[in-house]
Amino acid sequence: MIDALKTLLNKLIPSLFAKKKHMRIGLYGPPNSGKTSTANRICKDWLGEDAIMGSVSEIAHETREIQTKENIHMKKKGKELTFNLIDTPGIATKIDYEDFLKHKMSRKLAKERAKEATKGVIEAIKWLDNMDCVIVVLDSTTNPYSQVNITIIGNLAARNIPVVIAANKIDLKKANVKSIEAAFPQYPIVGISAEQGTNMEELYESIVKMVR
Amino acid sequence: MLTLQYIPFNEIENLSSERRIAKLLAIVKKNKIILMQGRLKSIEEAGLIEKTMEEVNKEFKGIELCTIYPTIDNNSKVTKQIKNAMIKMLMGDREGLTIIGPATVVKEIKRNPDKIELFTHSLASRRLLQGRK
Repeated sequence: MIDALKTLLNKLIPSLFAKKKHMRIGLYGPPNSGKTSTANRICKDWLGEDAIMGSVSEIAHETREIQTKENIHMKKKGKELTFNLIDTPGIATKIDYEDFLKHKMSRKLAKERAKEATKGVIEAIKWLDNMDCVIVVLDSTTNPYSQVNITIIGNLAARNIPVVIAANKIDLKKANVKSIEAAFPQYPIVGISAEQGTNMEELYESIVKMVR
Repeated sequence: MLTLQYIPFNEIENLSSERRIAKLLAIVKKNKIILMQGRLKSIEEAGLIEKTMEEVNKEFKGIELCTIYPTIDNNSKVTKQIKNAMIKMLMGDREGLTIIGPATVVKEIKRNPDKIELFTHSLASRRLLQGRK
Protein backbone atom coordinates (compact mmCIF):
# COMPACT_ATOMS: atom_id res chain seq x y z
CA MET A 1 0.00 0.00 0.00
CA ILE A 2 2.75 2.44 1.01
CA ASP A 3 4.77 1.42 -2.03
CA ALA A 4 1.80 2.06 -4.30
CA LEU A 5 1.32 5.50 -2.72
CA LYS A 6 5.01 6.29 -3.20
CA THR A 7 4.82 5.29 -6.87
CA LEU A 8 1.74 7.47 -7.36
CA LEU A 9 3.42 10.48 -5.70
CA ASN A 10 6.57 9.98 -7.77
CA LYS A 11 4.44 10.11 -10.91
CA LEU A 12 2.36 13.08 -9.80
CA ILE A 13 4.99 15.39 -8.33
CA PRO A 14 7.15 15.85 -11.46
CA SER A 15 4.08 16.56 -13.59
CA LEU A 16 2.84 19.12 -11.05
CA PHE A 17 6.10 21.04 -11.25
CA ALA A 18 6.90 20.33 -14.88
CA LYS A 19 7.51 23.37 -17.02
CA LYS A 20 4.62 24.23 -19.29
CA LYS A 21 5.42 22.96 -22.78
CA HIS A 22 5.72 25.68 -25.36
CA MET A 23 4.12 25.47 -28.74
CA ARG A 24 6.42 24.24 -31.50
CA ILE A 25 6.34 26.16 -34.76
CA GLY A 26 8.25 24.52 -37.58
CA LEU A 27 9.70 25.91 -40.78
CA TYR A 28 9.31 23.50 -43.68
CA GLY A 29 9.95 23.72 -47.39
CA PRO A 30 12.14 22.57 -50.23
CA PRO A 31 15.91 23.31 -50.17
CA ASN A 32 16.94 26.92 -50.82
CA SER A 33 13.49 28.40 -50.27
CA GLY A 34 14.79 30.55 -47.41
CA LYS A 35 13.71 28.68 -44.28
CA THR A 36 16.82 29.58 -42.30
CA SER A 37 16.73 33.20 -43.56
CA THR A 38 13.12 33.38 -42.33
CA ALA A 39 14.11 31.79 -39.00
CA ASN A 40 17.00 34.25 -38.65
CA ARG A 41 14.68 37.18 -39.36
CA ILE A 42 12.15 35.97 -36.75
CA CYS A 43 14.98 35.53 -34.20
CA LYS A 44 16.36 39.01 -34.93
CA ASP A 45 12.92 40.62 -34.66
CA TRP A 46 11.92 38.92 -31.41
CA LEU A 47 15.14 37.93 -29.64
CA GLY A 48 17.42 40.79 -30.66
CA GLU A 49 19.83 41.75 -33.45
CA ASP A 50 22.48 39.19 -32.48
CA ALA A 51 20.16 36.20 -32.37
CA ILE A 52 20.35 33.90 -35.38
CA MET A 53 19.18 30.37 -36.05
CA GLY A 54 21.86 29.22 -38.48
CA SER A 55 24.08 29.99 -41.44
CA VAL A 56 22.62 30.53 -44.91
CA SER A 57 24.14 29.73 -48.27
CA GLU A 58 23.22 29.71 -51.94
CA ILE A 59 24.34 26.07 -52.00
CA ALA A 60 21.38 23.79 -51.29
CA HIS A 61 21.18 21.75 -48.07
CA GLU A 62 23.07 24.24 -45.90
CA THR A 63 20.80 23.22 -43.00
CA ARG A 64 21.25 19.50 -42.51
CA GLU A 65 20.11 19.14 -38.91
CA ILE A 66 17.08 20.31 -36.97
CA GLN A 67 17.82 23.68 -35.29
CA THR A 68 15.74 25.04 -32.41
CA LYS A 69 15.37 28.45 -30.76
CA GLU A 70 13.42 28.31 -27.55
CA ASN A 71 11.12 30.78 -25.83
CA ILE A 72 10.37 33.26 -28.57
CA HIS A 73 7.78 35.64 -27.19
CA MET A 74 5.72 37.32 -29.88
CA LYS A 75 3.24 40.13 -29.22
CA LYS A 76 0.94 41.19 -32.00
CA LYS A 77 -2.20 43.34 -31.83
CA GLY A 78 -2.76 42.60 -28.15
CA LYS A 79 -2.19 38.87 -28.59
CA GLU A 80 0.81 37.10 -27.12
CA LEU A 81 2.44 33.88 -28.14
CA THR A 82 5.44 32.03 -26.72
CA PHE A 83 6.89 29.28 -28.85
CA ASN A 84 9.92 27.25 -29.80
CA LEU A 85 10.95 27.83 -33.40
CA ILE A 86 12.22 24.78 -35.27
CA ASP A 87 14.15 25.12 -38.51
CA THR A 88 14.23 21.94 -40.56
CA PRO A 89 16.44 20.74 -43.43
CA GLY A 90 14.92 21.19 -46.89
CA ILE A 91 12.89 18.25 -48.13
CA ALA A 92 14.02 16.79 -51.46
CA THR A 93 13.37 13.60 -53.41
CA LYS A 94 16.89 13.38 -54.83
CA ILE A 95 20.39 14.29 -53.67
CA ASP A 96 23.44 14.02 -55.89
CA TYR A 97 26.83 14.93 -54.44
CA GLU A 98 27.95 16.00 -57.90
CA ASP A 99 25.60 18.98 -57.69
CA PHE A 100 27.79 20.32 -54.88
CA LEU A 101 30.94 19.96 -56.99
CA LYS A 102 29.57 22.72 -59.23
CA HIS A 103 30.10 25.05 -56.27
CA LYS A 104 33.84 24.30 -56.19
CA MET A 105 33.47 21.94 -53.24
CA SER A 106 35.97 19.10 -52.89
CA ARG A 107 34.69 15.61 -53.76
CA LYS A 108 35.12 14.48 -50.14
CA LEU A 109 33.18 17.46 -48.75
CA ALA A 110 30.48 17.09 -51.42
CA LYS A 111 29.97 13.43 -50.55
CA GLU A 112 29.81 14.24 -46.84
CA ARG A 113 27.31 17.04 -47.46
CA ALA A 114 25.13 14.74 -49.59
CA LYS A 115 25.16 12.03 -46.93
CA GLU A 116 24.25 14.52 -44.20
CA ALA A 117 21.56 16.02 -46.45
CA THR A 118 19.83 12.64 -46.89
CA LYS A 119 19.80 12.20 -43.11
CA GLY A 120 18.45 15.74 -42.76
CA VAL A 121 15.50 15.00 -45.07
CA ILE A 122 14.65 11.88 -43.04
CA GLU A 123 14.88 13.86 -39.79
CA ALA A 124 12.68 16.67 -41.16
CA ILE A 125 9.97 14.17 -42.16
CA LYS A 126 10.12 12.43 -38.77
CA TRP A 127 9.71 15.80 -37.00
CA LEU A 128 6.40 16.48 -38.78
CA ASP A 129 4.63 14.65 -35.96
CA ASN A 130 6.14 16.99 -33.34
CA MET A 131 4.86 20.25 -34.79
CA ASP A 132 1.94 22.29 -33.47
CA CYS A 133 1.96 24.76 -36.38
CA VAL A 134 4.06 25.12 -39.51
CA ILE A 135 5.27 27.97 -41.67
CA VAL A 136 5.82 26.50 -45.12
CA VAL A 137 8.48 28.63 -46.80
CA LEU A 138 8.28 28.57 -50.60
CA ASP A 139 10.48 30.36 -53.12
CA SER A 140 8.11 32.69 -54.98
CA THR A 141 10.41 32.75 -58.01
CA THR A 142 9.91 29.04 -58.74
CA ASN A 143 7.01 26.89 -59.95
CA PRO A 144 4.88 26.12 -56.85
CA TYR A 145 3.40 22.92 -58.35
CA SER A 146 6.35 20.77 -57.31
CA GLN A 147 5.62 17.40 -55.75
CA VAL A 148 7.72 18.25 -52.69
CA ASN A 149 5.55 21.31 -51.96
CA ILE A 150 2.38 19.25 -52.47
CA THR A 151 3.66 16.39 -50.31
CA ILE A 152 4.69 18.71 -47.45
CA ILE A 153 1.35 20.54 -47.45
CA GLY A 154 -0.60 17.28 -47.89
CA ASN A 155 1.18 15.76 -44.89
CA LEU A 156 0.45 18.77 -42.71
CA ALA A 157 -3.22 18.63 -43.75
CA ALA A 158 -3.35 14.88 -43.01
CA ARG A 159 -2.01 15.59 -39.51
CA ASN A 160 -4.39 18.56 -38.97
CA ILE A 161 -1.44 20.90 -38.37
CA PRO A 162 -2.27 24.58 -39.02
CA VAL A 163 -0.26 26.08 -41.88
CA VAL A 164 0.71 29.53 -43.07
CA ILE A 165 2.62 29.80 -46.34
CA ALA A 166 5.44 32.35 -46.57
CA ALA A 167 6.05 33.14 -50.25
CA ASN A 168 9.66 34.21 -49.86
CA LYS A 169 12.05 36.22 -52.09
CA ILE A 170 9.47 38.82 -53.18
CA ASP A 171 12.35 41.27 -53.56
CA LEU A 172 13.43 39.38 -56.70
CA LYS A 173 12.10 40.35 -60.14
CA LYS A 174 10.84 36.84 -60.99
CA ALA A 175 8.75 36.61 -57.79
CA ASN A 176 5.17 35.52 -58.41
CA VAL A 177 3.10 35.29 -55.23
CA LYS A 178 -0.10 34.95 -57.28
CA SER A 179 1.04 31.58 -58.67
CA ILE A 180 1.45 30.29 -55.09
CA GLU A 181 -1.98 31.66 -54.22
CA ALA A 182 -3.42 29.83 -57.24
CA ALA A 183 -1.69 26.57 -56.28
CA PHE A 184 -2.73 26.61 -52.61
CA PRO A 185 -5.94 28.68 -52.41
CA GLN A 186 -7.07 27.12 -49.12
CA TYR A 187 -4.11 28.45 -47.08
CA PRO A 188 -3.16 31.91 -45.81
CA ILE A 189 -0.25 33.15 -47.92
CA VAL A 190 2.03 36.08 -47.11
CA GLY A 191 4.58 37.38 -49.60
CA ILE A 192 7.80 38.16 -47.73
CA SER A 193 11.46 38.86 -48.22
CA ALA A 194 13.21 37.30 -45.25
CA GLU A 195 16.51 38.78 -46.39
CA GLN A 196 15.18 42.34 -46.58
CA GLY A 197 12.66 41.96 -43.76
CA THR A 198 9.75 42.92 -46.03
CA ASN A 199 6.18 42.11 -44.90
CA MET A 200 7.35 40.28 -41.77
CA GLU A 201 4.73 42.08 -39.66
CA GLU A 202 2.03 40.60 -41.89
CA LEU A 203 3.57 37.15 -41.46
CA TYR A 204 3.58 37.56 -37.65
CA GLU A 205 -0.09 38.55 -37.72
CA SER A 206 -0.86 35.40 -39.72
CA ILE A 207 1.14 33.25 -37.27
CA VAL A 208 -0.73 34.63 -34.26
CA LYS A 209 -4.04 34.26 -36.10
CA MET A 210 -3.19 30.68 -37.11
CA VAL A 211 -2.39 29.66 -33.56
CA ARG A 212 -5.43 31.22 -31.88
CA MET B 1 15.87 2.95 -74.11
CA LEU B 2 13.37 4.00 -71.49
CA THR B 3 11.18 1.44 -69.75
CA LEU B 4 7.76 2.50 -68.53
CA GLN B 5 6.01 0.12 -66.16
CA TYR B 6 2.29 0.46 -65.64
CA ILE B 7 0.97 -0.51 -62.23
CA PRO B 8 -2.80 -0.83 -61.89
CA PHE B 9 -4.13 0.19 -58.49
CA ASN B 10 -5.30 -3.34 -57.67
CA GLU B 11 -1.64 -4.44 -57.63
CA ILE B 12 -0.94 -2.32 -54.56
CA GLU B 13 -4.43 -1.99 -53.12
CA ASN B 14 -4.07 -4.74 -50.53
CA LEU B 15 -0.48 -4.03 -49.58
CA SER B 16 0.52 -2.26 -46.38
CA SER B 17 2.08 1.21 -46.79
CA GLU B 18 5.53 -0.23 -46.14
CA ARG B 19 5.16 -2.92 -48.78
CA ARG B 20 3.70 -0.45 -51.30
CA ILE B 21 6.73 1.80 -50.85
CA ALA B 22 9.16 -1.13 -51.04
CA LYS B 23 7.51 -2.42 -54.24
CA LEU B 24 7.60 0.96 -55.99
CA LEU B 25 11.16 1.67 -54.93
CA ALA B 26 12.35 -1.76 -56.10
CA ILE B 27 10.97 -1.06 -59.59
CA VAL B 28 12.46 2.45 -59.74
CA LYS B 29 15.84 1.10 -58.67
CA LYS B 30 15.78 -1.08 -61.80
CA ASN B 31 15.82 2.21 -63.75
CA LYS B 32 12.19 1.93 -64.80
CA ILE B 33 9.65 4.75 -64.83
CA ILE B 34 6.44 3.86 -63.03
CA LEU B 35 3.04 4.95 -64.29
CA MET B 36 0.71 4.02 -61.47
CA GLN B 37 -3.05 4.21 -61.52
CA GLY B 38 -4.20 6.29 -58.58
CA ARG B 39 -2.09 7.86 -55.89
CA LEU B 40 -0.38 7.18 -52.63
CA LYS B 41 -1.66 8.78 -49.44
CA SER B 42 0.23 11.94 -48.42
CA ILE B 43 1.79 10.09 -45.50
CA GLU B 44 2.91 7.30 -47.88
CA GLU B 45 4.45 9.90 -50.19
CA ALA B 46 6.49 11.20 -47.24
CA GLY B 47 7.36 7.60 -46.39
CA LEU B 48 8.52 7.04 -49.97
CA ILE B 49 10.79 10.10 -49.77
CA GLU B 50 12.14 8.92 -46.39
CA LYS B 51 12.89 5.43 -47.70
CA THR B 52 14.41 6.88 -50.86
CA MET B 53 16.79 9.01 -48.79
CA GLU B 54 17.83 5.94 -46.80
CA GLU B 55 18.80 4.21 -50.04
CA VAL B 56 20.63 7.05 -51.82
CA ASN B 57 24.12 5.93 -52.82
CA LYS B 58 26.64 6.30 -55.64
CA GLU B 59 24.34 4.66 -58.21
CA PHE B 60 20.92 5.62 -56.87
CA LYS B 61 20.51 9.39 -56.49
CA GLY B 62 16.85 9.48 -55.58
CA ILE B 63 13.57 9.82 -57.43
CA GLU B 64 11.42 12.22 -59.37
CA LEU B 65 7.80 11.99 -58.36
CA CYS B 66 4.60 13.52 -59.64
CA THR B 67 0.98 12.85 -58.77
CA ILE B 68 -1.93 14.25 -60.69
CA TYR B 69 -5.55 13.95 -59.71
CA PRO B 70 -8.71 15.89 -60.41
CA THR B 71 -9.50 18.52 -57.82
CA ILE B 72 -13.01 19.46 -56.81
CA ASP B 73 -13.72 23.01 -57.88
CA ASN B 74 -15.62 24.62 -55.02
CA ASN B 75 -16.90 27.30 -57.36
CA SER B 76 -18.60 24.83 -59.70
CA LYS B 77 -22.33 24.09 -59.60
CA VAL B 78 -23.60 22.19 -56.54
CA THR B 79 -24.74 19.25 -58.69
CA LYS B 80 -21.26 18.96 -60.21
CA GLN B 81 -19.68 19.19 -56.75
CA ILE B 82 -21.94 16.38 -55.48
CA LYS B 83 -21.13 14.28 -58.58
CA ASN B 84 -17.40 14.81 -58.06
CA ALA B 85 -17.67 14.00 -54.35
CA MET B 86 -19.52 10.76 -55.20
CA ILE B 87 -16.84 9.75 -57.72
CA LYS B 88 -14.16 10.52 -55.13
CA MET B 89 -15.99 8.41 -52.53
CA LEU B 90 -16.31 5.45 -54.90
CA MET B 91 -12.87 5.68 -56.46
CA GLY B 92 -10.85 6.62 -53.35
CA ASP B 93 -7.12 6.60 -54.09
CA ARG B 94 -7.71 5.01 -57.53
CA GLU B 95 -8.32 8.42 -59.02
CA GLY B 96 -5.47 10.16 -60.78
CA LEU B 97 -2.04 9.03 -61.91
CA THR B 98 1.35 8.80 -60.23
CA ILE B 99 4.64 8.97 -62.08
CA ILE B 100 7.83 7.90 -60.30
CA GLY B 101 11.20 7.68 -61.98
CA PRO B 102 14.81 7.32 -60.90
CA ALA B 103 16.63 10.67 -60.73
CA THR B 104 19.42 9.25 -62.88
CA VAL B 105 16.92 8.81 -65.73
CA VAL B 106 14.30 11.48 -65.11
CA LYS B 107 15.83 14.93 -64.87
CA GLU B 108 12.67 16.79 -63.97
CA ILE B 109 8.91 16.47 -64.01
CA LYS B 110 7.29 19.84 -64.54
CA ARG B 111 3.69 20.06 -63.56
CA ASN B 112 1.33 22.88 -64.32
CA PRO B 113 -2.34 22.66 -63.48
CA ASP B 114 -3.19 21.16 -66.88
CA LYS B 115 -0.06 19.45 -68.21
CA ILE B 116 2.95 17.36 -67.24
CA GLU B 117 6.34 17.59 -68.90
CA LEU B 118 8.86 14.84 -68.23
CA PHE B 119 12.48 15.66 -69.00
CA THR B 120 15.01 12.85 -69.16
CA HIS B 121 18.80 12.87 -69.02
CA SER B 122 20.61 12.12 -72.27
CA LEU B 123 21.91 8.56 -72.61
CA ALA B 124 25.50 9.74 -72.12
CA SER B 125 24.74 11.65 -68.92
CA ARG B 126 22.57 8.73 -67.69
CA ARG B 127 25.59 6.42 -68.01
CA LEU B 128 27.65 8.93 -66.08
CA LEU B 129 25.04 9.29 -63.36
CA GLN B 130 24.60 5.53 -63.07
CA GLY B 131 28.20 5.01 -62.10
CA ARG B 132 30.14 5.57 -65.31
CA LYS B 133 29.56 2.15 -66.89
